Amino acid sequence: MGTAVNTTSNEKVWGGGNKPLNASYGKMMMWFFIVSDALTFSGFIVSYGFARFKYANSWPIADEVFTHVPFMHGQELPMIYVAFMTFVLIMSSVTMVLAVDAGHKMNKSKVTFYMFLTIIGGIIFVGSQAWEWATFIKGDYGAVKTKGGNILQFLDMETSKRVSVTDFAFVYADSRNQHEKYNGIWYRDEGTLPLYSVEEVIAGMEASPNIVIRTQILDDKGHKTVLSREESLNILKTTGVSVVNGANLIENEYGAPLFANFFFFITGFHGFHVFSGIVLNIIIFFNVIIGTYEKRKSYEMVEKVGLYWHFVDLVWVFVFTFFYLV
Amino acid sequence: MAEHAHKLEIFRGLIKFKSNTQKIIGVLILLSLVTLVEVVLGIYKPAILNEYFLNLKLLNWIFIILTIVKAYYITWDFMHMRDETSILRRVVVWTAVFLILYLTFILIQEGGYIFDEFSDTSNYIKTDF
Repeated sequence: MGTAVNTTSNEKVWGGGNKPLNASYGKMMMWFFIVSDALTFSGFIVSYGFARFKYANSWPIADEVFTHVPFMHGQELPMIYVAFMTFVLIMSSVTMVLAVDAGHKMNKSKVTFYMFLTIIGGIIFVGSQAWEWATFIKGDYGAVKTKGGNILQFLDMETSKRVSVTDFAFVYADSRNQHEKYNGIWYRDEGTLPLYSVEEVIAGMEASPNIVIRTQILDDKGHKTVLSREESLNILKTTGVSVVNGANLIENEYGAPLFANFFFFITGFHGFHVFSGIVLNIIIFFNVIIGTYEKRKSYEMVEKVGLYWHFVDLVWVFVFTFFYLV
Repeated sequence: MAEHAHKLEIFRGLIKFKSNTQKIIGVLILLSLVTLVEVVLGIYKPAILNEYFLNLKLLNWIFIILTIVKAYYITWDFMHMRDETSILRRVVVWTAVFLILYLTFILIQEGGYIFDEFSDTSNYIKTDF
C-alpha cells in the first residue's frame, strides 16, 4: 500500500531527539514564549491606545512631558534622550547578534567580548529608564487640579512659555502642617502635603498680571487651549482643589492620571524584561567564560538568550513609537 | 557548516552582503536611519502631515509603518527568522499578527465610541467642573 507506514522512522519520531520545524526544542519553545509575551505587551499597548482614543481631545502631548536630558538643565529637548536610549538598545541588540554569530564560528573570546558589551548596553538602558522615571515623578512646573480631576497649567501671557508654580505662588506662614502620627491622632497620618495651597496660588496669580491658565483640551491644531486672564482667574477660584507636583499613580501634573499609570506600567514591565534579560545574559556570560558551551560544542544557548534579548528590543521599538512619537 | 547557513540578502535581493557580520552592520545602519527619520519627524512635526487619513494623522501613520519596518528587520535578521523554515515563521508571525490586529480593532473602536458618548452633550456627562 502506498500509505504504508515506515516503522523505523516512526520509532525515531517517538524516541525523541528529532527537530520539528527544523528548530531545536529550546529554540522553538523560546519562540512560543515570545509569541505569548508579545500578546501580553500588545494587550498593554492597545489598552493604552484605548485610553488615548477615549480621551482623544485632552491627552498630554509627550513632547511637552519628556523634555529633559541629563546635564542639560533648563533646556527643553524633546525626543533627544529617548532617541539615545533607543539607539543604546539597538546597539546592544547588534552586539548580541554578533555574539551569536561568533558562537556559530565557535570563537569563545569573541562571544565573551560581545556578550560583555551587550550586558553593558542593557545596564545603560535600565539606568536611563530609571532616570526618566525619576524626572517624571519629580515633575517640573507643577499644576492645579480641579474638582473634576482636570489639570490647569500656568503660562506667561507674553512669551507663552510655561511658568512654574514656585515662581509666583505666595507662601503663607499659617499654612497647615502635615498630619503625622506624633502630632495628631496617633493611629493616623497622611501623605506629603503639596508645596502650596490653592489659596497661595490664587494670591500669587492675582499679584502677577501676566500669568494665564492652559487647560488640557486640545484645539484643531493639536495645541492646548489657553484661557484669557479673566477666565483663568475665574476657573482657578471656582474649581481649583489642590496643587500637583510631578506624577504618581493617583495624580499627574501633565494631564490625565491614566497617562502616568500606563507610562509606569508599560515602561516598568518592559524595564523588568530588560532587567531579567541582563540577569540571563550575565548567567550565559559566565557559562561562556568557564567554557560550558565549548565542551558542549554548541553555542546554541547564546542564541536562545539572544532571541529573548532581541524581543526586548522589538518591544521597545513599539513602546518608543506609541509613548513618545504618536 | 550547513546548519548555520544564513541568507545574506535584504530588500528581496537588492542588497547582497558578503558575510553575516556585514549583513548585521547593514541592518544596523538601516535601523538607525529609520530611527533618525522618526526622531526628526517627531521633533519638527511638519504641518503638511497633520491631515487625517482613516481617523489617524498621516504623521502617525508614518510612525506606525516605520515601526513595523523596524520590527520586520529585527525579527528577520537579528532573530534569524529569515533562516527558519517557512512553517515556523508562519506559526509565530501569523498567530501574533492576527490576534494583535483583532485586539487593536476591537479596543480602538470601543475607545472611539466612548469618546463620542462622552462628548455628546445630550448625554449630560460632564468632566469639566
